[in-house]
Amino acid sequence: MAQKLPHRDVVVIGLGWTGSILAEALTSEGLDVVAVERGPWRDTATDFPPSYAPDELRYRIYHELFLQPAQATLTFRNKIGQEALPVRSWGAFMLGNGAGGAGVHWNAETWRFLPSDFELRSHLVQRYGAGFLPPDTAIQDWGITYAELEPYYDRFEYLCGTSGTAGNLRGTIQPGGNPFEGPRSRPYPTPALKQGFSHKLFAKAAAELGYKPFPQPAGNLSQAYTNPHGLQMGPCTYCGFCEWFGCGNYAKASPQTTLLPILVRRPNFEARTNCEVTRINLSRDRKRATGVTYVDSSGQEHDQPADLVLLCGFQTWNVQLLLLSGIGQPYDPVAGTGQIGRNFTHQTVSTATGFFDRAKYNFNPFVAAGAIGMCIDEWNGDNFDHGPYGFIGGGYMGQVQTNGRPIEKTPVPPGTPEWGHGWKQAVRDNYLSTVHTGTGVHGSFSSYRDVYMDLDPTWKDRFGRPLLRATIDFHDNELKMSAFLTEKYAAIIRAMGANQVVSEPRKGPYDITKYQTSHLCGGAIMGTSPADSALNKYLQSWNVPNLFVQGATAFPQNAGYNPTGTVGALAYMSADAIRSQYLKKPGPLVQA
Amino acid sequence: MGRLGRRKLLAGTAVSLIFGTGCWLDGTPARAAIVQGSLPWQPYAGDPPAGIGPGQWHFFSAEEGAMVEALVDRLIPPDADTPGGKDAGCAVFIDRQLAGPYGRSSRSYMRPPFRDGTESQGPQSPLTPADRYRMSLAALDAHCQAAFGRGLPALSPDAQDKLIHGLENNSLPMQGPSARAFFELLLKDTRYGFFADPIYGGNRGMAAWRMIGFPGARYDYRDWIDRHNERYPLPPLGIAGRPAWSDRE
Repeated sequence: MAQKLPHRDVVVIGLGWTGSILAEALTSEGLDVVAVERGPWRDTATDFPPSYAPDELRYRIYHELFLQPAQATLTFRNKIGQEALPVRSWGAFMLGNGAGGAGVHWNAETWRFLPSDFELRSHLVQRYGAGFLPPDTAIQDWGITYAELEPYYDRFEYLCGTSGTAGNLRGTIQPGGNPFEGPRSRPYPTPALKQGFSHKLFAKAAAELGYKPFPQPAGNLSQAYTNPHGLQMGPCTYCGFCEWFGCGNYAKASPQTTLLPILVRRPNFEARTNCEVTRINLSRDRKRATGVTYVDSSGQEHDQPADLVLLCGFQTWNVQLLLLSGIGQPYDPVAGTGQIGRNFTHQTVSTATGFFDRAKYNFNPFVAAGAIGMCIDEWNGDNFDHGPYGFIGGGYMGQVQTNGRPIEKTPVPPGTPEWGHGWKQAVRDNYLSTVHTGTGVHGSFSSYRDVYMDLDPTWKDRFGRPLLRATIDFHDNELKMSAFLTEKYAAIIRAMGANQVVSEPRKGPYDITKYQTSHLCGGAIMGTSPADSALNKYLQSWNVPNLFVQGATAFPQNAGYNPTGTVGALAYMSADAIRSQYLKKPGPLVQA
Repeated sequence: MGRLGRRKLLAGTAVSLIFGTGCWLDGTPARAAIVQGSLPWQPYAGDPPAGIGPGQWHFFSAEEGAMVEALVDRLIPPDADTPGGKDAGCAVFIDRQLAGPYGRSSRSYMRPPFRDGTESQGPQSPLTPADRYRMSLAALDAHCQAAFGRGLPALSPDAQDKLIHGLENNSLPMQGPSARAFFELLLKDTRYGFFADPIYGGNRGMAAWRMIGFPGARYDYRDWIDRHNERYPLPPLGIAGRPAWSDRE
């Protein structure tokens, strides 16, 4: 029998980036906020101190800071009609867990989307005609503009202390920054990170080819910083143990370094860890959320009533919880009905490896940070005329190599044997003089009618509930785009002076075993109408007005950038709307 | 969606109690906790990795251990500058890993049913790494006894290399998991053991890190980010430091 708990004003499901942002915003309004987090509490001194954080086996290979599939997973198939099978071990993406969520172990690449990304469908139709869009496309405008979101990008970047060089200050292009970015109201809070030998060499080669390289915007800070909440962060030490790992220097922006220490001190905030929300409860007419049910680690069920429910989990779990709770209509790809589960997207990444003369080049790959790198944006979004090429989309590209950790990174030229003296010698000869970045090309992923999520008919989780099912494959558009972008990227690596360049464009089918970022998006998208979206521009559910769904779940398609900057900005925009409008007058903020 | 029955819940969450959500490597269960008012702090709450010393096999039998030592020493053979897999401790590493959560697939989703799928759908076997090593080492031994009248460790290095080629190109007849599947599993674990922090039993003396010039568990390169195309001169450090720190003169 579920234990009924005392009422709270707000329940936050998941205490990652968006949960922490929303909890801080609403506790500062005096509301009682309880956050229910499936994973454990985490903090720097206990979980990732410098004394044992740099452990590749534990954190990169065995993913100790991550959610484990034994606790929660999903099923996967490429096509409708195929049987989906469980993802028994992580491969294509790795999902966060615990206080801080993925904010603990991200590499802190902090981008803004382009203005045209938010109005993608209208923009592309206007420029190229509707016939130019790929078959089965599901792309949509977001229902907001970059200009509306800009103040919130700014707020997230100043929360984090993001290190970068502005490219467009209030409409004026700045040297050294990204000339394609949307206008920003002020410079980054801290200067760009320093760059290593290989990163600078990439920039030099790119500039000689006519590109405008710029430093990647980084949530690993170039210098000590005190954020608007008075929390102090340290300078990045270029340790090379960033993504997959927690930062022992307090130098990586995370809920731990930017929000949780002040949030926890507020008497009106409480976090319950190792407690998993199993259902969002609804009123009888299903138009209002009454709270959540969760299970603690002893197996005891609890009912937590609340006036406002904020679903702040990762994209996958948000979609699953909406489906399991009967919120909105599940998407049916054949009938073309329903909003929950549609427009699921990932990222189209690829790379090229450059092997250099070891007598002339020593790159010290272990001297790096999570978001180090020199990038170019000429081939992103609609920054170039797609007409001659027959595909939509693009991505930034760069020498963004973050590490030289040897289990993962001992690249050898093609033809090298996999074992024996030949292998050993090749590893020895190439370790210091190879450029190999996992996501040298960070391409967009368009949305399609047949790429979506629903509930699996066969496999269950540890509570006996259906697993989420993902149906996803690459379409010709993304593969064509990847071939094009990777060739451009390889040309820059060649121009750096590599003896040999091995190009690896993305090839189909979508493979659940090959890591390709954890940027899963969509499933409860934002838009202007309940006819074609699940949420309004403030991430408020059209169906259940006292439910807001945060995160990349809201993206109608994924752009050629890492999503976290946009996730943070949308969270702040949502928080502002709740504070300034919803709390005064609870109900729909946008008329359907 | 009806209410979850308590017994069903307990049965389901038994997994999470035994294997925990906060501490996977040793299986300590994690308790639900309320965080309120101040950041939680407990003395000795940190969780550094336990060191692995040499000694008895924890997982392998003496025969299995000898086979794996021979195999890792051909996969990564010794040369003038760097030890091979055996002296680097790769077999010890693999043994300890198989005795722990990795060997048991504790982190993986291991619920039935198990069905075959496409390659892109990833591994779907109910066999754990521990199962697979047992089965494949037994099959390999059976092959050697039948073909040569001796076990693998007694063969010459050339003969061992031929065997490994047979595993690699899947031509060696094996009962149970395929030769190629065992080759991939063993090669992966051998490389992990070679390059992981020595605290896990492999990479003895940080020999693998010295071989490539990786400085190990160092954490501050601020003095090096601007030094381009210069050799980094300091020896590697592990999580437990390096031997010179405890040298007694």
